[in-house]
Amino acid sequence: MARILPLADAVAELVHDGDQVACEGFTHLIPFVAGHEIIRQGKKNLTLVRMTPDLIYDQMIGMGVANKLVFSWGGNPGVGSLHRLRDAIERQWPVSLAVEELSHAGMVQAYMAGAAGLPFGTLRGFTGTDLPKVNTRIKSITCPFTGESLAAIPAIRPDVAVIHAQKADRTGNVLIWGIIGVQKEAALASKRVIVTVEEIVERLQPPPNACVLPSWVVSAVCLAPGGAYPSYAQGYYDRDNRFYQSWDKISRSREEFLHWMKVNVLAVSGSVNFREKFSSVERVA
Amino acid sequence: MDYSADEIMTVSAARMLRNGAVCFVGIGLPSKAANLARLTHAPELVLIYESGPIGAKPSVLPLSIGDGELCTTADTTVSTAEIFTFWLQGGKIDVGFLGAAQIDRFANINTTVIGDYDRPTVRLPGAGGAPEIAGSAGEVFIVLRQTQKTFVERLDFVTSVGHGEGGDYRKRIGLLGGGPTAVITDLGILRPHPESKELTLTNIHPGVAIDQVRAMTGWSLSSSSNLEITPAPTTEELAVLRDLEQRTATAHGVTPI
Repeated sequence: MARILPLADAVAELVHDGDQVACEGFTHLIPFVAGHEIIRQGKKNLTLVRMTPDLIYDQMIGMGVANKLVFSWGGNPGVGSLHRLRDAIERQWPVSLAVEELSHAGMVQAYMAGAAGLPFGTLRGFTGTDLPKVNTRIKSITCPFTGESLAAIPAIRPDVAVIHAQKADRTGNVLIWGIIGVQKEAALASKRVIVTVEEIVERLQPPPNACVLPSWVVSAVCLAPGGAYPSYAQGYYDRDNRFYQSWDKISRSREEFLHWMKVNVLAVSGSVNFREKFSSVERVA
Repeated sequence: MDYSADEIMTVSAARMLRNGAVCFVGIGLPSKAANLARLTHAPELVLIYESGPIGAKPSVLPLSIGDGELCTTADTTVSTAEIFTFWLQGGKIDVGFLGAAQIDRFANINTTVIGDYDRPTVRLPGAGGAPEIAGSAGEVFIVLRQTQKTFVERLDFVTSVGHGEGGDYRKRIGLLGGGPTAVITDLGILRPHPESKELTLTNIHPGVAIDQVRAMTGWSLSSSSNLEITPAPTTEELAVLRDLEQRTATAHGVTPI
């Protein structure tokens, strides 16, 4: 059964130095506030897994919590580069960052294999590309029925999945809707699961077939309204596109980045609503 | 009506999409062209975004591949795993619509690194959905601005396969999709030669000289013997495009690239 915990307690107990951590959310419901708590607690040597490293991984990598990244697309969507990610790869700042790179289709198969308890995922992919040359964990396998050569990717089984959702009930059942990305796959593939939520309600009353993670597959539920900002939470608030654009400037220089992180992340506690502080978006999605 | 090089690129790319086609849309220029098509000649165009929306009908251009409006206007929204597994790999996509950082004469694409992989000069975002879109879609359109930096003799990294080494390369290595059939730029349209699969200039935009296109191409570019001049954008096409860009700018505070 999930425990309802303060975010700081959940991160302290469930995220350990050296862990493989998957903070998922495909442009929607990105767990920013949880990522900030991981930074504040000074976690080290994490292997960060995520299909689309976004501003939150730029911040985590720039603050030196990770020494490895497993990913398939690393950019600031619609804006350009992630400057802290590039600085880590191109100039090893603040620490050297190993990279294990896949495609989206490869990563979803690896997560599904992790959730399915299989050793590897398979797909029709990577054929003719240079990706298998730089990621030797991309292998091929021959179909025993047709003889077709298919790609094989080892399962992703994170130590911890960290996701953000709209709602949980008081027993820790979690409801997610909208663009649900790979959160369910990542959660079911992981040993431990932290879910931050916009609100905790008495009864979820989910529609049939809604994406519910039952309490018993979740380790901790943490109340964190605004916890996906500057990404969005469908039904609660819109994506703050202007913040994504402003991040391009903030993150360009190491000095401005470090100053910003010090003032806006290190010097605050997890209970600060980051969205209320920064948001230029009032309209509800 | 006057128009810019970017506008005729977007309009030309939009015209390639037939009404009723199922199109897997990349973010940026492909998404702009696909939505222009949907708002003009192809109202039944089905737009699929890799984040999960199927049949998205956004009123403004999304800044990210997973903006909320893609979901709220879609016929259905599925998980990202399902999009790639059932809908793309399952063979449900007529057209994959991609952008690129670098392209070569066989329409292979690099979106990974400039320079050496381990010590890159520029680290680009990476593969995303593109390798399997390029592999599995019925056909692929690519839209990008044509410069010496983008149209190169040799890619630094092959992220997504076009026609590989040319000829029947795709068939030989077992790719099921048809591969690139058109590359739309701000100068013209290039199509693979029927046999060699080398990109050939088949259309040139009004007022552009062939030498100008050649100067912006990193290989010795062939042109079609019956090179056509692209029809200029119509008043309606331009009006719809500019209206879309204006709505987008108001919503996001800036026009997406």
